[in-house]
Amino acid sequence: MTPAETSHAARVRIDQELIAEMIAPGSRVLDVGCGDGVLLDILVHERQVDGRGIELSQEGVNGCVSRGLAVVQGDAQTDLHNYPDDAFDYVILSQTLPAIFDVKGVLGEMLRIGRRGVVSFPNFGYWRVRAKLFFGGRSPNSESLPNAWYESPNIRFFTLTDFTDLLDELGFVTERIVTIGGSGKTGTRSHIGHWTNLLTEQAVFVISRKPD
Amino acid sequence: MTTNPNDGVGRAGESIAVEPAVTDLPGHFLVLGAEEPMHLVSGQLLGPFTVAYQTYGTLNAEKTNAILVCHALTGDQYLAEPHPVTGRPGWWERLVGPGKTVDTDSYFVICVNVLAGCMGSAGPKDIDPTTGQPFGLNFPLITITDMVAAQKLVVEHLGITQLFAVIGGSMGAMQTLEWAARYPEMVYCAIPIAGAARHSAQNIAFHEVGRQAIMADPKWDGGNYYAASDPPERGLAVARMAAHITYLSDSALHTKFGRNLQDRQAITFGFDADFQIESYLRHQGRSFVERFDANSYLYITRAMDYFDIAAEHGDNLASAFEGSPVRFCLISFTSDWLFPTSESRRIVHALNAVAASVSFVEIETESGHDAFLLEEPEFFRILSGFLRGAADQRALEDAT
Repeated sequence: MTPAETSHAARVRIDQELIAEMIAPGSRVLDVGCGDGVLLDILVHERQVDGRGIELSQEGVNGCVSRGLAVVQGDAQTDLHNYPDDAFDYVILSQTLPAIFDVKGVLGEMLRIGRRGVVSFPNFGYWRVRAKLFFGGRSPNSESLPNAWYESPNIRFFTLTDFTDLLDELGFVTERIVTIGGSGKTGTRSHIGHWTNLLTEQAVFVISRKPD
Repeated sequence: MTTNPNDGVGRAGESIAVEPAVTDLPGHFLVLGAEEPMHLVSGQLLGPFTVAYQTYGTLNAEKTNAILVCHALTGDQYLAEPHPVTGRPGWWERLVGPGKTVDTDSYFVICVNVLAGCMGSAGPKDIDPTTGQPFGLNFPLITITDMVAAQKLVVEHLGITQLFAVIGGSMGAMQTLEWAARYPEMVYCAIPIAGAARHSAQNIAFHEVGRQAIMADPKWDGGNYYAASDPPERGLAVARMAAHITYLSDSALHTKFGRNLQDRQAITFGFDADFQIESYLRHQGRSFVERFDANSYLYITRAMDYFDIAAEHGDNLASAFEGSPVRFCLISFTSDWLFPTSESRRIVHALNAVAASVSFVEIETESGHDAFLLEEPEFFRILSGFLRGAADQRALEDAT
């Protein structure tokens, strides 16, 4: 079955559901690393969003375009600089950041071309991950870290606290944090404390530039 | 309307009229520029002149289901029916027709023979009424912009204010981009396939080889070969043979022909077509001259050479599409070295720079530039999906 034929309902990740709810209907959105377009499809068809995507894999791009989504084959690290300032209301990195080499560069570009950035990623500080590494002595796998170390597209492994440290360093504003626990329970946080970093499996951040 | 043939090439201020050709070609013929001549990019005025076009499907009452297909260098308007001269299948019959990817049960498909062409639209083989002789090289130089301007007049004649889509491969992609850049309000979505926003130095070079092959044929006679009914077939065939190589790819040639010999067991130590590839190219050359005019080939290749959208915008391609409402879908093919993916990507980057709506896919194939004319299921699937998505989007916009 091709991606276009499958119902998205069965394959929507929880972070994608959360992101879809965060985006105001009618916004202009760029989904960086949009994969097979599941999130973009929801945004365009259920939230009336003017949605665009960039995807590295040819298979992903072809799937997206053949289901009518405006997606280009490209690389976040080289192609974001083509877009003008403030071209989008939101730029999304849904589980894309761990696969990016130039993290600072991409985050900077994200908040140049978009008024807000939405970033979701698995938390390497989650207690099960820590326990697998600590007790098992092996690189951890989980639902949000499904691939073996040698075939994972992810090259950056970081925790919620690592990420908030970086946002501070870059001078970005955290507008909203939604955490997802191991049981799928979600919660809104104002900041990341030690316990949140321990109990959160993945999180969605809404970030923006500091007002001038 | 009279013009003085002694005025030379410029003939500034006076309109060049083209006598309608007597033809039994199928399709539609429209006389344009009769009341007001068309301004050509060269500075000359053209009118009255004829354009030939063909349509498939039915235009709906709201006139919202029209798709303009722009043909390539040696194509013509007979894209979805047997060719009236050769009897071979239309060049896009795989793609366009009832129930096909471009479904003529839902869409009204229009294709206009380009200006300077030789299938019914005004071109160098037509009669100059001031001399009573065929124009030959006295026909004005035509650009892609001029071809599109003539198509726009046809579209307006049909009462269509916005085309649902403009689609074209190769030179058709150039016209598609020109449509989007020049008349964005008349184009809902644009699908340039295996195209470029400018003709590259390498491509100009190949065209020059083709033109020199034609001009080197003594029968070409400065372009005045019509009276003798003995056209420069050798020159045109060589031009076609050279060009045909650029439409394929090394791997496609290897797969299809390799070093296989043609109807023989061993090489003959001579200059016969020993190899299948030679025989194939000779056949391509021979069959091309049956349906194409050598002077048209000169004019249309020149139009492609002159094409450079950015040149009119201070060499900034993005500014040609500033604020464009058009939804773009660019398609390139991995083994196309004539219009490589990098050319499409350059357009995508320009469109991103103005935050235009753009989709871009590169199709994996070994068929080279010709892939847009062949059976490429992934290409068909993407085109069909994009058209469906655009139709849904437009229905949504109309409803709100």
